[in-house]
Amino acid sequence: MTAYVINGSSFEHDEEGYLKNLADWNKDLAEIIAKDEKIDLTAEHWEVVNFLREYYDEYQVAPAIRVLVKAMKKAFGAEKGDQKYLYQLFPYGPAKQACKIAGLPKPTGCV
Amino acid sequence: MDRVTDTEIADPLAIPELAPGCMAASKPYPAAANHQTALGFPGELATDWHDMAIAKIGELREKYRSFRVYLDACVKCGACTDKCHYFLGTGDPKNMPVARQDLLRQVYRRHFTLAGKYLPWLVGAKDLTPEVLDDWYSYFHQCSQCRRCSVFCPYGIDTAEISMAGREIMDSIGKGQKYSNEILGKVMKIGNNLGLPKKALAATLSDLEDEVEEATGVRVEFPLDRKGVEVLLVSPSADYFAEPHIAGLIGYAKVFHQAGISWTISSHATEAANFGMFIGSYDVMRKVALRIREAALDLGVKRLVIGECGHAWRAAYSFLDTLAGPFDFLDRRHPVPQHICEFTYEQMQAGKLRFDKSKNDHVRLTFHDSCNVARGSRMGDRPGGQFDIPRAILRAACNHFFDMAPETIKESTLCCGGGGGLLTDELMAVRKAGAQPRMRALRQVAEDHGVTHMAAMCAICKAQFSSVLPHYGFDREAIVSVHQMVSNAIVLDGAKPPTDDAAGDEA
Repeated sequence: MTAYVINGSSFEHDEEGYLKNLADWNKDLAEIIAKDEKIDLTAEHWEVVNFLREYYDEYQVAPAIRVLVKAMKKAFGAEKGDQKYLYQLFPYGPAKQACKIAGLPKPTGCV
Repeated sequence: MDRVTDTEIADPLAIPELAPGCMAASKPYPAAANHQTALGFPGELATDWHDMAIAKIGELREKYRSFRVYLDACVKCGACTDKCHYFLGTGDPKNMPVARQDLLRQVYRRHFTLAGKYLPWLVGAKDLTPEVLDDWYSYFHQCSQCRRCSVFCPYGIDTAEISMAGREIMDSIGKGQKYSNEILGKVMKIGNNLGLPKKALAATLSDLEDEVEEATGVRVEFPLDRKGVEVLLVSPSADYFAEPHIAGLIGYAKVFHQAGISWTISSHATEAANFGMFIGSYDVMRKVALRIREAALDLGVKRLVIGECGHAWRAAYSFLDTLAGPFDFLDRRHPVPQHICEFTYEQMQAGKLRFDKSKNDHVRLTFHDSCNVARGSRMGDRPGGQFDIPRAILRAACNHFFDMAPETIKESTLCCGGGGGLLTDELMAVRKAGAQPRMRALRQVAEDHGVTHMAAMCAICKAQFSSVLPHYGFDREAIVSVHQMVSNAIVLDGAKPPTDDAAGDEA
């Protein structure tokens, strides 16, 4: 599969499922990507996904894990502000899996 | 969790049952045409790829004497066969270093030796068929270029150089690897592997200043593009993004602060890593290295310090002067370049740093020697400094330090399993298998001494262990940065008395 399909429209992705065209993203697409990742999106997942999109919009890159953790802590409380919580939500890693669902490019390099 | 039981009893260096061909299907994603052409390589496999590849072997044979010696000298003594962590972890005989070399050697013999030209069957010479090329793509991407095998080779044959050459030949015919080549494109365009723009970097650094001030009461600066300072710090970009990498960056900043030496990060040379080395391309490696020179000149610094990154230190220590030198504009009273551990150790010797070791009393620590630091470079002014200096720092910052088994550390260190351009998700199976010997050695020291954490000074090692530790029954956060331990224990002048939750990074 090289594209996600919603109601007859297809949206191209790379070998790993990251959207090729960032502008394609919408909430329905996020649900479909998440399903491929075996994740049922809950309100908690959306808190992370929405933050990632806002951050990307501002900085053109995903936030450092530490920045994400601190932002979550500030916005939603201490129990949501640690790395373990993020891995519970996104077992394959908050940076990669959550970025994929948020329609952002994969963070590359030694990460 | 049978795997975990397995690691509890197993010898890290036990020779596995042979499993021929079990890793043949392990291949990285191919580089897209735009990743290839950005580096000056053909976008896709060229129609005359065979002849181009043979010509490239001929070119490398003329250019690098080492390449020719390594291909000619092997006598098949077998000393290397059980020295590769990927062989130990997979049992695939093509992961024996000699077999990996032979993938290229068989073609070299066919075209460049008399016997191979006329009596190929007698000397194991083979044509470069599509199947052989396929094997190259699989198995030259199952070598992390860690050079453990070369330590045990009586001729000093360096498989890393053979696998670098293999990748260079493949790039030159249009068969590149996505992970390395896409990343190199980002370095050329944005300045770092992550594609981290200046605005994001500035925001992260300012955030770290607030965080440290909140925890300690001391405003420790993380300067960006500050001209006329003493030191330019060039670190792997993962130090601005990932965990536990960032915790190490905080440690560097505290050392600079406490030592009273002005420093800066450059938004132009935001990357110490040089993946040009992984793909064996001198030209690409040089372009990446020149960014460091440009930044040093532009900012008018006197010293160059490299952060915790394994192959970056090899690229810097062993090659920077020829790639991007001369660095005669820097203060030659200090090593050019200098490793951050060397820098910290120098400040310790000068009596400028004090540590409260009890801050790390929740940690029982061991140390993973990163391959490119251990075997590709040195540190300090004595042989073995690359082993002793980081350990001296860790012992100064922690009360409880225990080395792993001697045959698995220092010069004989085992690779993390993710080096050399393999730190990509589609290679996770080989990465996990390659980590097995190190994980077994860690399990042993955990059993014997209650070790809870392992420090490393390489961005790849840290990211790789974060991914594979849970698979072997360890906590993901059991991997820490060397300077994370420094950060926890360093005593900052004017720091407020510690509170329960303000001790910095927990691990």
